[in-house]
Amino acid sequence: MKAHLTRRYMFSASHRLHSDEMSAEENRATYGKCNNPYGHGHNYTVEVTVSGPVDDRTGMVCNLVDLDGFVHKKILERYDHQNLNLLSEFVKAVPTTENLCIAIYEIVKRGFRKAHLEKIRIEETMMNSFEYSGEDL
Amino acid sequence: MVYLTRKAEFSASHYYHNPEFTPAENQRVFGKCNNPNGHGHNYTLEVTVKGAVDPKSGFVVDLKQLKDVMSREVLDAFDHRFLNKEVPEFFTKIPTTENLAIAIWQRLAPKLNAAQLHRVRVYETPDLFVDFYGEDFYGEA
Repeated sequence: MKAHLTRRYMFSASHRLHSDEMSAEENRATYGKCNNPYGHGHNYTVEVTVSGPVDDRTGMVCNLVDLDGFVHKKILERYDHQNLNLLSEFVKAVPTTENLCIAIYEIVKRGFRKAHLEKIRIEETMMNSFEYSGEDL
Repeated sequence: MVYLTRKAEFSASHYYHNPEFTPAENQRVFGKCNNPNGHGHNYTLEVTVKGAVDPKSGFVVDLKQLKDVMSREVLDAFDHRFLNKEVPEFFTKIPTTENLAIAIWQRLAPKLNAAQLHRVRVYETPDLFVDFYGEDFYGEA
């Protein structure tokens, strides 16, 4: 019997949306206030959804200690109270929440082996959220 | 097809323990949740049903009926109970959020006639929830 399990985490980070491939004017037109040169920050909420058979012995899809441990070490320690633009994954990619979703999905997909990753969903603010479930969808 | 979701809340206590594990194993696997005197949560239940909109009523399902089934089958049995000791499913199964979602599905599915059960979501806390889409959803038993 399979189920989906979702855990929510929070981190705070700054970013600036700016593409080197656009002129200053284009950047301004595309990103508006998000292009302000000194950046700005958000309280991000990340939802990690995993799935798998519910283990008869534990009643669990995966032990939350394992999931929490992985996410704290690999996601929260990497992103919390950081400037996203300075991280290697955003040297070329613009640190939009779309790209952040993909980056986090790739880290969890590659490193977390205790359950199947279904989806990463990020709330950048209470008013907008983004989801990524891999390339197949 | 239209999807309709109804929420409900219940509060209950539980603890995690597998009698086949040694005390040390139980402690290692379940941590604080293994405390035999139990602890509690305010659970939020979301039940999503799907169906065609009835042309006469404009409803997917009569919300009053859905609410009554949820109250009778789930809330009356779970609310303000010690799940391990008072809810038969959990005499043998560990009352994790996963198993709660499955048990709630199994209680509701046979009682819903007008609309089809699509998803049972159980929040144990605002930061942890489980979705169950039925035994057939994943294409295997």
